[in-house]
Amino acid sequence: MSNSDAKAGRPLSPHLQIYRWPITMTMSILHRVTGMALYFGTLLLAWWLIAAAAGPAYFDVANAVFGSWIGRLVLFGYSWALIHHLLGGLRHFVWDFGAGFSKSARDNLAYANIIASAILTVLVWVVGLLLH
Amino acid sequence: MVQLTLPKNSTLTQGKTWAKPAGAKNIREFKIYRWSPDAGQNPSVDTYYVDLDDCGPMVLDALIKIKNEVDPTLTFRRSCREGICGSCAMNIDGSNTLACTKGIDDIKGAVKIYPLPHMPVVKDLVPDLTNFYAQHRSIEPWLKTATPEPEKEWLQSHADREKLDGLYECILCACCSTSCPSYWWNGDRYLGPAVLLQAYRWLIDSRDEAKGERLDNLEDPFRLYRCHTIMNCAQTCPKGLNPAKAIAEIKKMMVERRV
Repeated sequence: MSNSDAKAGRPLSPHLQIYRWPITMTMSILHRVTGMALYFGTLLLAWWLIAAAAGPAYFDVANAVFGSWIGRLVLFGYSWALIHHLLGGLRHFVWDFGAGFSKSARDNLAYANIIASAILTVLVWVVGLLLH
Repeated sequence: MVQLTLPKNSTLTQGKTWAKPAGAKNIREFKIYRWSPDAGQNPSVDTYYVDLDDCGPMVLDALIKIKNEVDPTLTFRRSCREGICGSCAMNIDGSNTLACTKGIDDIKGAVKIYPLPHMPVVKDLVPDLTNFYAQHRSIEPWLKTATPEPEKEWLQSHADREKLDGLYECILCACCSTSCPSYWWNGDRYLGPAVLLQAYRWLIDSRDEAKGERLDNLEDPFRLYRCHTIMNCAQTCPKGLNPAKAIAEIKKMMVERRV
């Protein structure tokens, strides 16, 4: 077997399959996932604005969809994704200054992000529903 | 390119289970990645049993014991056995580290050992590091000067020397680079944490006079900016260094030279 053939036949060592996820890696992936979710959430927002521009009848339809329990569930997810991604952005902003890289700092920032996003999302909904 | 699954020739199969040592009371299970270029088969995970009462404390001790007493075909790199050569870097218990400084006692249950992740495998636990070394060469890891050489050595203040602490200790074991998902997906173009930490080691050296040129070489969407602060590098470094921080400092240098 020539040298190049030997190299071509080499397997790729396992990676995602075997790596133990640190919290920072999980949060990095979650930042990506929420970022992508925002694309779809923003489409919903755009549809809502289009419905408003289309007239009262169509606006009522859109509001009925968003007001249904499944609609609210989707909106709840969208608001969490937005808040989570926003806080994640702040985390990256801190790192851009060269700060927050120590083991304790980066882990604490990660946990703070997930806890704060959950609390803020519930808070937004509680206030929103109370004012409703 | 992001490919979350393993290629067809790389998926794992059930391997051989080797006999338990006779009369041993303190037995630990070792599950070890095996692949031989001569067998023409997919990689497998073999199961070995080691008597911890008759074995040194480190994972490397167990690997050497297996090779000596159970299965001489088991292949791995090792040299200094004290965490300074970087040869025995591998994935142990889900993260990359040096087998010689990782205590068996630190691991719960079966000890799972794989080669450094997302690398071409030469044999068993030996990855092909050709690309990694070539990337290191590309950052020109030596002192570059324009001024005439001094009669004796290049001098440096104590304060400037201290800037190299946390950088010069890097042994280029490749644990950090191969822990980085960004390096997994773009290792052909992204330099990865180890090489970027080395790049920063020369950028911050007060004696070096090629800072602009070095930054020019790094200013690239892939070579530097594929770092997304996932932080696996800093988490896994067996020497306790922080490549993520070094990369952030390079990014800051890029901004600072523009303002």
